[in-house]
Amino acid sequence: MADDMTGGVPVATVARVGVTLTVNGADYRLDLDSRVTLLDALRDRLGMTGTKKGCDQGACGACTVMVDGKRVLSCLTLAAQCEGKDVTTIEGLAADGVLHAMQEAFVRHDAFQCGYCTSGQIMSAVCLLAEGRAGSDDAIRQFMSGNLCRCGAYGNIVAAIREVRDAGGHDA
Amino acid sequence: MDFLRPLTWAEALEMKAERPDATPIQGGTDVMVEINLDKGRPTALLDLAAVAELAEWTRDNGTVRLGAGVSYTRLIAELAGDLPGLAQASRTVGSPQIRNRGTVAGNLGAASPAGDSHPPLLATGAEVEAESVRGSRMIAITDFYRGVKRNALEPDELIRAVRIPVATGPQYFSKIGTRNAMVIAVSSFAIAFDGRRVGTGIGSAAPTPRRAPEAEAFLESALDWSGPLDADVARRFGELVRDAAAPIDDVRGTRDYRLHSLAVMARRTLTWAWEDHLRCA
Ligand SMILES: Cc1cc2nc3c(=O)[nH]c(=O)nc-3n(C[C@H](O)[C@H](O)[C@H](O)COP(=O)(O)OP(=O)(O)OC[C@H]3O[C@@H](n4cnc5c(N)ncnc54)[C@H](O)[C@@H]3O)c2cc1C
Ligand code: FES
Ligand code: FES
Repeated sequence: MADDMTGGVPVATVARVGVTLTVNGADYRLDLDSRVTLLDALRDRLGMTGTKKGCDQGACGACTVMVDGKRVLSCLTLAAQCEGKDVTTIEGLAADGVLHAMQEAFVRHDAFQCGYCTSGQIMSAVCLLAEGRAGSDDAIRQFMSGNLCRCGAYGNIVAAIREVRDAGGHDA
Repeated sequence: MDFLRPLTWAEALEMKAERPDATPIQGGTDVMVEINLDKGRPTALLDLAAVAELAEWTRDNGTVRLGAGVSYTRLIAELAGDLPGLAQASRTVGSPQIRNRGTVAGNLGAASPAGDSHPPLLATGAEVEAESVRGSRMIAITDFYRGVKRNALEPDELIRAVRIPVATGPQYFSKIGTRNAMVIAVSSFAIAFDGRRVGTGIGSAAPTPRRAPEAEAFLESALDWSGPLDADVARRFGELVRDAAAPIDDVRGTRDYRLHSLAVMARRTLTWAWEDHLRCA
Protein backbone atom coordinates (compact mmCIF):
# COMPACT_ATOMS: atom_id res chain seq x y z
CA MET A 1 0.00 0.00 0.00
CA ALA A 2 1.36 3.37 -0.98
CA ASP A 3 0.77 4.98 2.38
CA ASP A 4 2.98 2.40 4.00
CA MET A 5 5.94 3.24 1.78
CA THR A 6 8.19 4.39 4.55
CA GLY A 7 11.19 3.48 2.41
CA GLY A 8 13.40 2.54 5.35
CA VAL A 9 12.69 5.71 7.30
CA PRO A 10 11.86 4.99 10.94
CA VAL A 11 8.08 5.01 11.07
CA ALA A 12 8.03 7.57 13.86
CA THR A 13 9.41 10.26 11.51
CA VAL A 14 6.77 9.69 8.85
CA ALA A 15 4.03 12.20 9.43
CA ARG A 16 0.50 11.30 8.50
CA VAL A 17 -2.04 13.63 7.13
CA GLY A 18 -5.83 13.45 6.87
CA VAL A 19 -7.24 14.33 3.46
CA THR A 20 -10.69 14.31 1.91
CA LEU A 21 -10.40 13.64 -1.81
CA THR A 22 -13.31 14.34 -4.13
CA VAL A 23 -12.84 12.01 -7.06
CA ASN A 24 -15.38 11.86 -9.88
CA GLY A 25 -17.95 13.46 -7.61
CA ALA A 26 -17.58 11.15 -4.61
CA ASP A 27 -15.80 12.04 -1.35
CA TYR A 28 -13.17 9.75 0.17
CA ARG A 29 -11.67 10.31 3.60
CA LEU A 30 -8.07 9.09 3.70
CA ASP A 31 -5.31 8.99 6.25
CA LEU A 32 -2.03 9.10 4.32
CA ASP A 33 1.70 9.35 4.67
CA SER A 34 2.29 13.00 3.78
CA ARG A 35 4.52 12.01 0.85
CA VAL A 36 1.83 10.07 -1.03
CA THR A 37 1.12 11.46 -4.48
CA LEU A 38 -2.36 11.84 -5.91
CA LEU A 39 -1.38 9.12 -8.39
CA ASP A 40 -0.55 6.58 -5.68
CA ALA A 41 -3.60 7.53 -3.65
CA LEU A 42 -5.85 6.94 -6.67
CA ARG A 43 -4.29 3.66 -7.69
CA ASP A 44 -3.29 2.04 -4.40
CA ARG A 45 -5.82 3.45 -1.94
CA LEU A 46 -8.90 3.97 -4.07
CA GLY A 47 -8.30 1.14 -6.52
CA MET A 48 -8.74 3.43 -9.52
CA THR A 49 -6.05 2.01 -11.72
CA GLY A 50 -7.16 3.73 -14.92
CA THR A 51 -4.63 6.49 -14.25
CA LYS A 52 -1.20 5.11 -15.18
CA LYS A 53 2.29 5.57 -13.80
CA GLY A 54 4.80 5.82 -16.62
CA CYS A 55 7.77 7.73 -15.26
CA ASP A 56 6.78 9.21 -11.87
CA GLN A 57 8.73 12.36 -12.75
CA GLY A 58 6.48 14.53 -14.89
CA ALA A 59 7.92 13.54 -18.24
CA CYS A 60 5.36 11.21 -19.89
CA GLY A 61 1.83 12.43 -19.16
CA ALA A 62 0.39 8.94 -18.52
CA CYS A 63 -0.83 10.09 -15.10
CA THR A 64 -2.74 13.16 -16.38
CA VAL A 65 -5.95 13.90 -14.46
CA MET A 66 -8.11 16.99 -14.07
CA VAL A 67 -7.96 18.99 -10.86
CA ASP A 68 -10.62 21.71 -10.72
CA GLY A 69 -11.02 21.34 -14.48
CA LYS A 70 -7.34 21.73 -15.36
CA ARG A 71 -5.03 18.99 -16.61
CA VAL A 72 -2.23 18.25 -14.17
CA LEU A 73 0.20 15.42 -13.54
CA SER A 74 -0.98 13.32 -10.62
CA CYS A 75 2.57 12.01 -10.06
CA LEU A 76 3.76 15.55 -9.28
CA THR A 77 0.78 16.42 -7.09
CA LEU A 78 0.62 15.46 -3.44
CA ALA A 79 -2.69 13.94 -2.41
CA ALA A 80 -2.62 16.30 0.57
CA GLN A 81 -2.62 19.28 -1.83
CA CYS A 82 -5.97 18.18 -3.27
CA GLU A 83 -8.08 18.78 -0.17
CA GLY A 84 -11.22 20.57 -1.28
CA LYS A 85 -10.50 20.17 -5.00
CA ASP A 86 -12.46 18.28 -7.65
CA VAL A 87 -10.44 15.46 -9.15
CA THR A 88 -11.63 13.85 -12.40
CA THR A 89 -9.99 10.67 -13.67
CA ILE A 90 -10.56 8.55 -16.75
CA GLU A 91 -13.07 6.50 -14.69
CA GLY A 92 -15.19 9.63 -14.37
CA LEU A 93 -15.49 10.50 -18.06
CA ALA A 94 -18.15 8.02 -19.14
CA ALA A 95 -21.61 9.01 -17.90
CA ASP A 96 -24.13 6.24 -17.15
CA GLY A 97 -22.16 3.71 -19.12
CA VAL A 98 -22.01 5.91 -22.23
CA LEU A 99 -18.48 6.68 -23.37
CA HIS A 100 -17.31 10.27 -23.61
CA ALA A 101 -17.02 11.49 -27.22
CA MET A 102 -13.24 11.50 -26.91
CA GLN A 103 -13.18 7.89 -25.69
CA GLU A 104 -15.37 6.85 -28.62
CA ALA A 105 -13.18 8.70 -31.10
CA PHE A 106 -10.04 7.02 -29.72
CA VAL A 107 -11.68 3.62 -30.22
CA ARG A 108 -12.92 4.48 -33.71
CA HIS A 109 -9.54 5.82 -34.84
CA ASP A 110 -7.48 3.07 -33.26
CA ALA A 111 -5.61 5.77 -31.38
CA PHE A 112 -3.62 3.30 -29.27
CA GLN A 113 -1.73 0.07 -29.43
CA CYS A 114 -0.73 -1.13 -25.94
CA GLY A 115 -3.04 1.41 -24.31
CA TYR A 116 -0.70 2.39 -21.51
CA CYS A 117 -0.61 6.08 -22.41
CA THR A 118 -4.27 6.21 -23.46
CA SER A 119 -6.04 7.39 -20.32
CA GLY A 120 -3.53 10.23 -20.00
CA GLN A 121 -3.92 11.08 -23.69
CA ILE A 122 -7.71 11.17 -23.38
CA MET A 123 -7.73 13.31 -20.23
CA SER A 124 -5.26 15.70 -21.85
CA ALA A 125 -7.26 15.79 -25.11
CA VAL A 126 -10.52 16.59 -23.33
CA CYS A 127 -8.79 19.51 -21.58
CA LEU A 128 -7.15 20.61 -24.82
CA LEU A 129 -10.58 21.10 -26.43
CA ALA A 130 -11.87 22.93 -23.36
CA GLU A 131 -8.81 25.23 -23.57
CA GLY A 132 -9.68 25.97 -27.21
CA ARG A 133 -6.22 25.09 -28.46
CA ALA A 134 -7.03 22.45 -31.04
CA GLY A 135 -7.35 24.86 -33.97
CA SER A 136 -4.98 23.01 -36.32
CA ASP A 137 -3.12 19.71 -36.44
CA ASP A 138 0.06 21.59 -35.51
CA ALA A 139 -1.66 23.14 -32.51
CA ILE A 140 -3.00 19.74 -31.43
CA ARG A 141 0.49 18.25 -31.66
CA GLN A 142 2.03 21.17 -29.80
CA PHE A 143 -0.50 21.18 -26.97
CA MET A 144 -0.48 17.38 -26.65
CA SER A 145 3.32 17.41 -26.37
CA GLY A 146 3.20 16.54 -22.67
CA ASN A 147 1.76 13.10 -23.48
CA LEU A 148 4.19 10.57 -24.91
CA CYS A 149 3.18 7.38 -26.72
CA ARG A 150 5.84 4.72 -27.03
CA CYS A 151 3.73 2.84 -29.54
CA GLY A 152 3.74 5.89 -31.78
CA ALA A 153 -0.03 6.19 -32.22
CA TYR A 154 0.33 9.95 -32.63
CA GLY A 155 -1.23 10.17 -36.10
CA ASN A 156 -4.39 8.43 -34.97
CA ILE A 157 -4.51 10.38 -31.71
CA VAL A 158 -4.47 13.64 -33.69
CA ALA A 159 -7.20 12.27 -36.00
CA ALA A 160 -9.40 11.36 -33.02
CA ILE A 161 -9.03 14.80 -31.45
CA ARG A 162 -9.68 16.51 -34.79
CA GLU A 163 -12.89 14.55 -35.21
CA VAL A 164 -14.23 15.47 -31.78
CA ARG A 165 -13.29 19.09 -32.39
CA ASP A 166 -15.10 19.13 -35.75
CA ALA A 167 -18.16 17.55 -34.21
CA GLY A 168 -18.41 20.60 -31.97
CA GLY A 169 -16.18 19.49 -29.14
CA HIS A 170 -17.56 18.12 -25.94
CA ASP A 171 -17.09 19.49 -22.51
CA ALA A 172 -16.20 16.96 -19.90
CA MET B 1 7.90 14.57 6.68
CA ASP B 2 5.59 17.13 8.24
CA PHE B 3 3.07 18.74 5.97
CA LEU B 4 2.35 22.38 6.78
CA ARG B 5 -0.72 23.95 5.22
CA PRO B 6 -0.93 27.72 5.73
CA LEU B 7 -4.08 29.40 4.41
CA THR B 8 -2.81 32.98 4.52
CA TRP B 9 0.49 34.67 3.73
CA ALA B 10 0.93 35.79 7.37
CA GLU B 11 0.51 32.19 8.48
CA ALA B 12 3.01 31.00 5.86
CA LEU B 13 5.64 33.48 7.12
CA GLU B 14 5.09 32.41 10.72
CA MET B 15 5.41 28.75 9.84
CA LYS B 16 8.60 29.40 7.86
CA ALA B 17 10.06 31.35 10.82
CA GLU B 18 9.24 28.48 13.14
CA ARG B 19 10.43 25.80 10.71
CA PRO B 20 13.23 27.29 8.60
CA ASP B 21 14.05 23.70 7.57
CA ALA B 22 10.69 23.37 5.75
CA THR B 23 10.84 23.16 1.94
CA PRO B 24 8.29 25.47 0.32
CA ILE B 25 6.17 23.83 -2.39
CA GLN B 26 4.18 25.85 -4.92
CA GLY B 27 3.45 24.00 -8.19
CA GLY B 28 5.61 21.10 -7.03
CA THR B 29 7.05 20.45 -10.50
CA ASP B 30 10.60 20.56 -9.13
CA VAL B 31 10.01 19.53 -5.51
CA MET B 32 7.95 16.43 -6.38
CA VAL B 33 10.51 15.10 -8.85
CA GLU B 34 13.09 15.19 -6.05
CA ILE B 35 10.73 13.48 -3.62
CA ASN B 36 9.73 10.78 -6.12
CA LEU B 37 13.36 10.13 -7.03
CA ASP B 38 14.15 10.09 -3.32
CA LYS B 39 16.86 12.72 -3.73
CA GLY B 40 17.10 14.25 -0.31
CA ARG B 41 14.14 13.96 2.02
CA PRO B 42 12.62 17.20 3.19
CA THR B 43 11.91 17.14 6.92
CA ALA B 44 8.84 19.26 6.27
CA LEU B 45 6.92 20.67 3.32
CA LEU B 46 5.31 24.10 3.46
CA ASP B 47 2.47 24.00 0.92
CA LEU B 48 1.90 27.49 -0.47
CA ALA B 49 -0.71 26.43 -3.04
CA ALA B 50 -3.66 27.36 -0.82
CA VAL B 51 -2.37 30.87 -0.03
CA ALA B 52 -4.78 32.92 -2.15
CA GLU B 53 -2.78 36.20 -2.04
CA LEU B 54 0.04 34.54 -3.96
CA ALA B 55 -2.15 33.66 -6.95
CA GLU B 56 -2.66 37.32 -7.92
CA TRP B 57 -0.80 39.83 -10.04
CA THR B 58 -1.15 43.61 -10.18
CA ARG B 59 0.19 46.36 -12.42
CA ASP B 60 1.32 49.60 -10.83
CA ASN B 61 3.52 52.47 -12.10
CA GLY B 62 4.91 50.54 -15.02
CA THR B 63 5.73 47.43 -13.00
CA VAL B 64 3.97 44.08 -12.82
CA ARG B 65 3.97 42.50 -9.37
CA LEU B 66 3.70 38.82 -10.20
CA GLY B 67 2.51 36.83 -7.18
CA ALA B 68 4.51 33.70 -6.41
CA GLY B 69 1.51 31.48 -7.11
CA VAL B 70 0.69 32.64 -10.67
CA SER B 71 1.16 29.68 -13.04
CA TYR B 72 2.94 29.87 -16.38
CA THR B 73 -0.40 29.19 -18.10
CA ARG B 74 -1.94 32.28 -16.54
CA LEU B 75 1.15 34.40 -17.18
CA ILE B 76 0.98 33.47 -20.88
CA ALA B 77 -2.78 34.13 -21.11
CA GLU B 78 -2.91 37.32 -19.04
CA LEU B 79 0.49 39.03 -19.29
CA ALA B 80 1.91 38.36 -22.76
CA GLY B 81 1.37 42.04 -23.69
CA ASP B 82 3.09 43.49 -20.60
CA LEU B 83 5.85 40.90 -20.28
CA PRO B 84 6.47 39.55 -23.80
CA GLY B 85 9.95 38.14 -23.11
CA LEU B 86 8.92 36.27 -19.97
CA ALA B 87 5.73 35.04 -21.67
CA GLN B 88 7.71 33.75 -24.63
CA ALA B 89 10.06 31.90 -22.28
CA SER B 90 7.08 30.54 -20.31
CA ARG B 91 5.60 29.00 -23.47
CA THR B 92 8.69 26.80 -23.75
CA VAL B 93 8.51 25.42 -20.20
CA GLY B 94 7.75 21.69 -20.02
CA SER B 95 4.28 20.77 -21.23
CA PRO B 96 0.76 22.21 -20.79
CA GLN B 97 0.39 20.10 -17.64
CA ILE B 98 3.67 21.43 -16.20
CA ARG B 99 2.70 25.02 -17.13
CA ASN B 100 -0.66 24.65 -15.36
CA ARG B 101 1.24 24.15 -12.11
CA GLY B 102 4.76 25.55 -12.47
CA THR B 103 5.56 29.14 -11.46
CA VAL B 104 8.27 31.77 -11.96
CA ALA B 105 8.77 31.84 -8.18
CA GLY B 106 9.39 28.08 -8.22
CA ASN B 107 11.90 28.57 -11.03
CA LEU B 108 13.66 31.17 -8.84
CA GLY B 109 13.47 28.95 -5.76
CA ALA B 110 15.09 26.11 -7.68
CA ALA B 111 17.66 28.54 -9.16
CA SER B 112 18.78 26.09 -11.80
CA PRO B 113 21.15 27.77 -14.27
CA ALA B 114 18.90 26.30 -17.00
CA GLY B 115 15.58 27.74 -15.73
CA ASP B 116 13.76 29.49 -18.56
CA SER B 117 12.50 32.47 -16.53
CA HIS B 118 15.96 33.67 -15.66
CA PRO B 119 17.18 35.17 -18.98
CA PRO B 120 14.12 37.42 -19.45
CA LEU B 121 14.13 38.42 -15.76
CA LEU B 122 17.79 39.46 -16.13
CA ALA B 123 17.22 41.24 -19.44
CA THR B 124 14.39 43.33 -17.97
CA GLY B 125 16.04 44.09 -14.62
CA ALA B 126 13.42 42.36 -12.46
CA GLU B 127 13.44 42.34 -8.65
CA VAL B 128 12.52 39.55 -6.27
CA GLU B 129 10.28 40.54 -3.37
CA ALA B 130 11.40 38.40 -0.45
CA GLU B 131 9.59 38.42 2.88
CA SER B 132 9.90 36.96 6.36
CA VAL B 133 8.38 37.78 9.74
CA ARG B 134 11.29 40.24 10.04
CA GLY B 135 10.07 42.27 7.08
CA SER B 136 10.16 42.55 3.33
CA ARG B 137 13.06 43.38 1.00
CA MET B 138 13.69 43.71 -2.72
CA ILE B 139 16.54 41.70 -4.20
CA ALA B 140 17.88 42.84 -7.57
CA ILE B 141 17.77 39.89 -9.94
CA THR B 142 21.52 40.18 -10.56
CA ASP B 143 22.09 39.62 -6.81
CA PHE B 144 19.62 36.75 -6.52
CA TYR B 145 21.54 33.87 -8.12
CA ARG B 146 24.35 32.75 -5.83
CA GLY B 147 25.62 29.52 -7.37
CA VAL B 148 24.37 26.34 -8.99
CA LYS B 149 20.88 25.88 -7.48
CA ARG B 150 21.60 28.45 -4.77
CA ASN B 151 19.85 31.77 -4.28
CA ALA B 152 19.95 34.78 -1.97
CA LEU B 153 16.97 33.85 0.22
CA GLU B 154 17.53 33.60 3.98
CA PRO B 155 16.28 30.40 5.66
CA ASP B 156 13.21 32.16 7.07
CA GLU B 157 12.37 34.00 3.86
CA LEU B 158 9.83 33.23 1.14
CA ILE B 159 9.31 34.77 -2.27
CA ARG B 160 6.16 36.88 -2.15
CA ALA B 161 6.31 38.14 -5.75
CA VAL B 162 8.55 39.08 -8.64
CA ARG B 163 8.50 42.70 -9.86
CA ILE B 164 9.05 43.08 -13.57
CA PRO B 165 9.01 46.34 -15.55
CA VAL B 166 6.24 46.49 -18.18
CA ALA B 167 7.86 46.25 -21.62
CA THR B 168 8.52 49.54 -23.39
CA GLY B 169 10.27 47.98 -26.40
CA PRO B 170 10.82 44.66 -28.15
CA GLN B 171 11.77 41.58 -26.11
CA TYR B 172 12.75 38.12 -27.32
CA PHE B 173 13.75 34.78 -25.84
CA SER B 174 15.45 31.90 -27.61
CA LYS B 175 16.23 28.42 -26.33
CA ILE B 176 18.09 25.44 -27.71
CA GLY B 177 16.91 21.97 -26.69
CA THR B 178 17.15 18.47 -28.02
CA ARG B 179 13.52 18.51 -29.14
CA ASN B 180 10.73 21.07 -29.34
CA ALA B 181 8.76 20.22 -26.22
CA MET B 182 9.55 19.22 -22.64
CA VAL B 183 13.21 20.00 -22.69
CA ILE B 184 15.50 21.68 -20.26
CA ALA B 185 17.58 24.26 -22.15
CA VAL B 186 20.98 23.35 -23.53
CA SER B 187 21.50 27.10 -23.74
CA SER B 188 19.16 30.08 -23.81
CA PHE B 189 19.25 33.82 -24.32
CA ALA B 190 16.95 36.82 -23.82
CA ILE B 191 17.14 40.39 -25.07
CA ALA B 192 15.05 43.41 -24.05
CA PHE B 193 15.08 46.99 -25.35
CA ASP B 194 14.01 49.73 -22.96
CA GLY B 195 14.21 52.97 -24.87
CA ARG B 196 17.84 52.93 -26.00
CA ARG B 197 18.97 50.66 -23.21
CA VAL B 198 19.65 47.04 -24.02
CA GLY B 199 19.24 44.22 -21.51
CA THR B 200 20.50 40.65 -21.88
CA GLY B 201 20.22 37.34 -20.05
CA ILE B 202 22.16 34.12 -20.61
CA GLY B 203 20.84 30.74 -19.43
CA SER B 204 22.40 27.32 -19.01
CA ALA B 205 25.91 28.52 -19.87
CA ALA B 206 27.49 29.41 -16.52
CA PRO B 207 27.08 28.33 -12.87
CA THR B 208 24.30 30.90 -12.60
CA PRO B 209 22.16 32.74 -15.12
CA ARG B 210 23.93 36.02 -15.94
CA ARG B 211 23.86 39.19 -18.04
CA ALA B 212 26.38 40.12 -20.71
CA PRO B 213 27.22 43.70 -19.64
CA GLU B 214 29.91 44.31 -22.26
CA ALA B 215 27.64 43.16 -25.05
CA GLU B 216 24.92 45.53 -23.76
CA ALA B 217 27.29 48.52 -23.59
CA PHE B 218 28.70 47.77 -27.03
CA LEU B 219 25.26 47.62 -28.61
CA GLU B 220 24.06 50.82 -26.95
CA SER B 221 27.01 52.74 -28.38
CA ALA B 222 27.30 51.01 -31.78
CA LEU B 223 23.66 50.94 -32.90
CA ASP B 224 22.39 53.45 -35.42
CA TRP B 225 18.86 53.68 -34.00
CA SER B 226 17.30 55.05 -37.18
CA GLY B 227 18.76 52.68 -39.75
CA PRO B 228 18.93 49.02 -40.65
CA LEU B 229 20.92 46.67 -38.44
CA ASP B 230 24.61 46.59 -39.38
CA ALA B 231 25.64 42.94 -39.86
CA ASP B 232 29.04 43.56 -38.27
CA VAL B 233 27.43 45.08 -35.20
CA ALA B 234 25.11 42.07 -34.88
CA ARG B 235 28.03 39.66 -35.27
CA ARG B 236 30.15 41.50 -32.70
CA PHE B 237 27.20 41.52 -30.27
CA GLY B 238 26.95 37.73 -30.64
CA GLU B 239 30.66 37.34 -29.93
CA LEU B 240 30.48 39.51 -26.81
CA VAL B 241 27.47 37.54 -25.49
CA ARG B 242 29.40 34.32 -26.13
CA ASP B 243 32.43 35.74 -24.30
CA ALA B 244 30.30 36.52 -21.25
CA ALA B 245 29.39 32.84 -20.81
CA ALA B 246 31.38 30.18 -18.94
CA PRO B 247 29.72 26.89 -19.85
CA ILE B 248 30.73 23.32 -19.12
CA ASP B 249 30.32 19.99 -20.93
CA ASP B 250 27.42 18.01 -19.47
CA VAL B 251 24.78 15.45 -20.45
CA ARG B 252 22.74 18.02 -22.37
CA GLY B 253 25.50 19.59 -24.45
CA THR B 254 29.14 20.49 -24.81
CA ARG B 255 30.86 23.69 -23.81
CA ASP B 256 31.72 24.50 -27.45
CA TYR B 257 28.19 23.96 -28.69
CA ARG B 258 26.81 26.20 -25.95
CA LEU B 259 29.25 28.99 -26.84
CA HIS B 260 28.47 28.71 -30.54
CA SER B 261 24.70 28.57 -30.05
CA LEU B 262 24.75 31.62 -27.74
CA ALA B 263 26.44 33.74 -30.38
CA VAL B 264 23.82 32.61 -32.92
CA MET B 265 20.86 33.18 -30.57
CA ALA B 266 22.14 36.62 -29.57
CA ARG B 267 22.41 37.66 -33.23
CA ARG B 268 18.99 36.23 -34.09
CA THR B 269 17.08 37.73 -31.18
CA LEU B 270 18.73 41.09 -31.88
CA THR B 271 17.60 40.82 -35.52
CA TRP B 272 14.00 40.07 -34.49
CA ALA B 273 14.03 42.91 -31.95
CA TRP B 274 15.46 45.28 -34.55
CA GLU B 275 12.70 44.47 -37.02
CA ASP B 276 10.14 45.37 -34.34
CA HIS B 277 12.06 48.51 -33.44
CA LEU B 278 12.08 49.76 -37.03
CA ARG B 279 8.41 48.90 -37.51
CA CYS B 280 7.42 50.89 -34.43
CA ALA B 281 9.82 53.81 -34.99
C1 LIG C 1 8.84 17.23 -17.14
C2 LIG C 1 9.38 18.55 -16.65
C3 LIG C 1 9.76 19.49 -17.58
C4 LIG C 1 10.27 20.73 -17.17
N1 LIG C 1 10.62 21.63 -18.11
C5 LIG C 1 11.14 22.83 -17.74
C6 LIG C 1 11.52 23.78 -18.73
O1 LIG C 1 11.36 23.56 -19.94
N2 LIG C 1 12.04 24.96 -18.29
C7 LIG C 1 12.20 25.25 -16.97
O2 LIG C 1 12.68 26.33 -16.65
N3 LIG C 1 11.85 24.36 -16.02
C8 LIG C 1 11.31 23.16 -16.37
N4 LIG C 1 10.95 22.26 -15.40
C9 LIG C 1 11.19 22.58 -13.98
C10 LIG C 1 10.01 23.24 -13.25
O3 LIG C 1 8.79 22.98 -13.90
C11 LIG C 1 10.20 24.77 -13.15
O4 LIG C 1 11.39 25.06 -12.48
C12 LIG C 1 9.03 25.47 -12.44
O5 LIG C 1 9.18 26.86 -12.65
C13 LIG C 1 8.98 25.20 -10.95
O6 LIG C 1 7.85 25.88 -10.40
P1 LIG C 1 6.95 25.20 -9.26
O7 LIG C 1 5.96 26.23 -8.81
O8 LIG C 1 6.40 23.92 -9.71
O9 LIG C 1 8.07 24.95 -8.15
P2 LIG C 1 8.13 23.97 -6.89
O10 LIG C 1 8.51 22.61 -7.32
O11 LIG C 1 6.93 24.11 -6.04
O12 LIG C 1 9.37 24.65 -6.15
C14 LIG C 1 10.65 24.76 -6.77
C15 LIG C 1 11.66 25.33 -5.78
O13 LIG C 1 11.30 26.64 -5.38
C16 LIG C 1 11.06 26.71 -3.99
N5 LIG C 1 9.91 27.60 -3.83
C17 LIG C 1 8.68 27.49 -4.41
N6 LIG C 1 7.91 28.55 -4.10
C18 LIG C 1 8.66 29.35 -3.29
C19 LIG C 1 8.42 30.60 -2.62
N7 LIG C 1 7.24 31.26 -2.74
N8 LIG C 1 9.42 31.12 -1.87
C20 LIG C 1 10.62 30.48 -1.77
N9 LIG C 1 10.90 29.32 -2.37
C21 LIG C 1 9.94 28.74 -3.12
C22 LIG C 1 10.83 25.28 -3.55
O14 LIG C 1 11.16 25.07 -2.21
C23 LIG C 1 11.76 24.53 -4.50
O15 LIG C 1 13.08 24.61 -4.03
C24 LIG C 1 10.41 21.02 -15.78
C25 LIG C 1 9.99 20.07 -14.84
C26 LIG C 1 9.49 18.84 -15.26
C27 LIG C 1 9.05 17.85 -14.24
S1 FES D 1 3.84 9.23 -14.52
FE1 FES D 1 3.36 11.30 -14.26
S2 FES D 1 4.18 12.19 -16.02
FE2 FES D 1 4.90 10.16 -16.20
S1 FES E 1 -0.51 3.11 -27.01
FE1 FES E 1 1.28 2.21 -26.19
S2 FES E 1 2.24 3.92 -25.30
FE2 FES E 1 0.66 4.85 -26.39
